Amino acid sequence: MEVRTERMTARGQGLRQALARAWAPFARVPLLGWLLGALLAVFIEQFLGTPIARGLGMPKIPALFGFDLVLQDLLLLPSIVAYALVVYVLPTILAARLLSTAANRAASRLLKYPLVLSALLHIGLLYAVLHVWTGLSDYRLLVVRLSLIAVIATLSLNVVNGYMGEFSCSHPGFMSLGAYTASVTTVLLFVSDNRFGPAILPEALGPLVFPLSLILGGVVASLGALLVAIPSFRTRGDYLAIISLAFMFIVKSLFENLEVVGGARGLGDQPNYAGLPTVFIWTALCIWIVNNFVRSTMGKALNAVRDGELAAEAMSVDTRRTKFVAFLFAAFWAGISGGLFAHVIRYINPDTFGVRKLAEVLAMVYLGGLNSVTGSILGAVGLNLLSEALRPLEILKWIIIPIMLILVMVFRPTGLLAFRDFDPAKLLRPMQDPSKEMSDDRPAR
Amino acid sequence: MDFLLQQLVNALQSGSFYALIAIGYSMVYSVLMLFNFAHGDVFMVGAYIGFFVSGGLLALDVWEVIGLPVGVQLGLILVLTLIVSMFLNALVGMAVERIGYRPLRGAPRASAAITGLMIGIILENGNLALLGPQRRAFPELIPTVTLQLGDVSLTNKKIMIVVVSLLLTLAFHQFVRRTKWGMAMRAMAYDFVVVPLMGISINKIALMTFALGSALAAAAGILFGIAFPVLDPNMGILFGWKAFVAAILGGRGSVLGAGLAGFLLGFIEIFVVAFFPSTMRNLIAFGIILLILTFRPHGFFGEPYSAQLRL
Repeated sequence: MEVRTERMTARGQGLRQALARAWAPFARVPLLGWLLGALLAVFIEQFLGTPIARGLGMPKIPALFGFDLVLQDLLLLPSIVAYALVVYVLPTILAARLLSTAANRAASRLLKYPLVLSALLHIGLLYAVLHVWTGLSDYRLLVVRLSLIAVIATLSLNVVNGYMGEFSCSHPGFMSLGAYTASVTTVLLFVSDNRFGPAILPEALGPLVFPLSLILGGVVASLGALLVAIPSFRTRGDYLAIISLAFMFIVKSLFENLEVVGGARGLGDQPNYAGLPTVFIWTALCIWIVNNFVRSTMGKALNAVRDGELAAEAMSVDTRRTKFVAFLFAAFWAGISGGLFAHVIRYINPDTFGVRKLAEVLAMVYLGGLNSVTGSILGAVGLNLLSEALRPLEILKWIIIPIMLILVMVFRPTGLLAFRDFDPAKLLRPMQDPSKEMSDDRPAR
Repeated sequence: MDFLLQQLVNALQSGSFYALIAIGYSMVYSVLMLFNFAHGDVFMVGAYIGFFVSGGLLALDVWEVIGLPVGVQLGLILVLTLIVSMFLNALVGMAVERIGYRPLRGAPRASAAITGLMIGIILENGNLALLGPQRRAFPELIPTVTLQLGDVSLTNKKIMIVVVSLLLTLAFHQFVRRTKWGMAMRAMAYDFVVVPLMGISINKIALMTFALGSALAAAAGILFGIAFPVLDPNMGILFGWKAFVAAILGGRGSVLGAGLAGFLLGFIEIFVVAFFPSTMRNLIAFGIILLILTFRPHGFFGEPYSAQLRL
């Protein structure tokens, strides 16, 4: 028994060393370098993608890393791998490696200014990468937007389920409230249809008013969350799970019975306001605010309530206020994500936000990891990409994904990246200080 | 008055399904403190097993050789279907426990809830992939006989469904109260940290709990097939979530509480539909449940919640 464990650890160490050796040249590349590399890769794809794809025997640029092509025709696998290597991997790592000194210098120069500036630059670069990458296919654009929206929903659920440790099932209800409120305002104000009559405001104002209608959706969702937050003072755990579940069913049923918004037939014709920039900005804003929230005193109070309510109370944490704020805050962002979702799909019905949605969001939170912003991002993007990649398998997809999730739960019960702190300052820092380039193996003073 | 009585009969019937499913839910919940979100789909699997078992039994040639009267023959088939499907579905339940719950002993409770949810999705879509999306018609095992009591019409099916489910509920209650295994389950529900130290295997008890709960779910599935002879792969989803509500409403560790809450749910739903448009059903039913939980936040027979430290 012991011998086997030893051998296994030895093998594990060997693998780890090999990985570390392969990684060593890139250890000094800061995030800025990687983003520049990715930007180069997507530009290469834009200008040379089609000839390269044709040359490798593919009909067109593989839309989503070629998963769909592989599942249709296994023989295309080598050319898809080659395409990924030539177009994505090689340019990225080459540019990242070559630019690493310059990128480090730039990153450390940026540190002299407020962190916001550096953060904005990184976010802008990330947006540029996504913009160019999604510019090549509408399918990519849709997948990216839905993934970003899923990030918002997952983060907001993680605040309640991960950071506060409740098992809340009400998130589809909050999303539904946000989606319907935002849709009703935009359709009422800017769309001439036979449900709400002619448009009230000129269409040019639409994109300007859209954030307001999203926020209104978030606020309505927060108001709805009162129904769950107030019972949470008296009870928690399983009974709260039921209350939140009942809330979700009530919201669904409510919209099914509201003929003004289409009842069970749903509400369509939302104007196309949720383009990539809008969704991206809201997602970045959400990550920033949620991350600051959970790292604040209030966020630590959430953890205290989770780990021991009595102890938290004794340590002067106002548990009522904490629960109240957490539910309303989470519901607000869930409402925003619902509003964005409605304007991306441009059709919603009460069933959109049912138990299926619940299972989906819960899966994203628990896959990515509890109590972790990075985990939520990973869970949401990962599950979305996975589900798109396996789409050609049709029904089998919904057997493979649950099996993978069960495996994750068995081997990492709290999720892949649970209990991590997401520190933007650490993420954006240069990996090597250029001024000390010559003396980096001497111990720092 | 007759209208009310008629609705009462309907409510008893639909409550029977909820009660049988909720008991399985509630038992897993009290013994392991876990939500078995796959239970609704285990009910669906039970109904399908019943469909295939009864179909197979009906197609046997043996019946002509034995030469029983048609009524007796169908009755025999029904009983056999119930027994065989309950047994097979118990195996399904044990598999669910073995795959989705045993590896997660000691993990956070929510993780096990997620595996349960995922196993439910696998069961639904596995069914879709294997059998295709078309609905199945459950074979007619009992010819319908309608009894008129005044203006209230009772069918023999309804009576049988209510009687069978009440009998199963009471039998299960007695099992939990009187037998050694039942005592072990109650002990486990009382404290699943110390009781395993007393030489009771938590794995065995958990397997048994899942087996019994799934057997009851299979019975519910067959009874459902007899009442509404259309089966589809998604039929378990709503039943599962509602039974979950009923199980919690009944209170932790109480078979009768879960059964009662199941019947109550049936009553609420039927009477809401009787007096309001049917689309309002979930709205009002869950509204009432919210109200009940506001005033009795620990269910009918559960212990009150206290913020004590559970180690």
